[in-house]
Amino acid sequence: MPAPKPVERPLSPFMLGQYYRFQMTSVSSLLTRITGNALIGSAILLVIWLIGAASGPETFARVDGFMTSWFGDLLFTLSLLGIWYHYLAGLRHFIFDAGRGMDIETAEKLGWVCIIGSVVLTILTIIIV
Amino acid sequence: MVQLTLPKNSRIRTGKTWPKPHGATNLRKFQIYRWNPDTGENPSVDTYFVDMDTCGPMVLDALIKIKTEIDPTLTFRRSCREGICGSCAMNIDGINTLACIYGLDEIKGDVKIYPLPHLSVVKDLIPDLTHWYAQHASIQPWLETKTNRPQKEWRQSIEDRKKLDGLYECVMCACCSTACPSYWWNSDRFLGPAALLHAYRWIVDSRDEATGERLDALEDPFKLYRCHTIMNCTKTCPKGLNPAKAISEIKKLMVNRQV
Repeated sequence: MPAPKPVERPLSPFMLGQYYRFQMTSVSSLLTRITGNALIGSAILLVIWLIGAASGPETFARVDGFMTSWFGDLLFTLSLLGIWYHYLAGLRHFIFDAGRGMDIETAEKLGWVCIIGSVVLTILTIIIV
Repeated sequence: MVQLTLPKNSRIRTGKTWPKPHGATNLRKFQIYRWNPDTGENPSVDTYFVDMDTCGPMVLDALIKIKTEIDPTLTFRRSCREGICGSCAMNIDGINTLACIYGLDEIKGDVKIYPLPHLSVVKDLIPDLTHWYAQHASIQPWLETKTNRPQKEWRQSIEDRKKLDGLYECVMCACCSTACPSYWWNSDRFLGPAALLHAYRWIVDSRDEATGERLDALEDPFKLYRCHTIMNCTKTCPKGLNPAKAISEIKKLMVNRQV
């Protein structure tokens, strides 16, 4: 009898949302990653603005025109939301690193604090600035 | 590495819809992951209908009923049917849990059952846990001592014994590790919540005399520090344990011994 051909075993499905339920635990972590990476883009935008200012009035006018357009406003408002969320999530992780708030109930509450807090702080910042 | 799609041989086809049982009025739809190593085909999701009037209350009751009455080829692990053996861990309704202690009334709508996430599948709902067991063995889950063996047992005070509560109850079902996105993507080097919970169980054991060596072995950017405190492990543990907290305690001990 010929030896049976080895079969390549499939990988069981895992994708968040589709096969594994979105939960506050994973969503808050995911948002930290997303905002963290997006803020790199925001920092680059800011640098471009500064480079524009350093390269003379004509270039600045063009760069400034984009940055203060509705689209620029949208990008910076989203960046603001991102930075507030990332900041609050960082504080949440400080608490975790101290070994506190590590029961699911508190961790989820803190997750909501990050999400709702970032929206509230963004609105407050827009009002004040 | 972060991976967001399934490899080509793992993509899921629509499978067979099995006939409804005759004369049943209270039917519930079950969608169950199938993969048969003998056919070489991609995995599929089969649809079954179960008569709930003659079915027990737990997900495992329904699985056994399907195997007995509809499709004897359906393959899954089960043993104790009371949440102590850890065999029937699977992904039910989007979370990892034990089929024997998860009530069908806790699920809204159709019941979707997959094997534990991001593992290689042996058949149907049975994942290959070889690597996961090897990781458990790697943390040396036994008492390590250096002093002379006492005449009777190794004594432990009531207070010290209490430190093991919430750790020793682990039934090794692998729900936590396979709920962890970090483990999905780094399981080759990250030990995962289950092995780390056991590592901590021996680290805090007052009788164990290899605490330093145990911490040394975990001082690694991947083995321990791929845990980013997502806490999917604690959220899903069918025994209500807190692996995330145990990992956090290990990290604290790492810092404490350096200052």
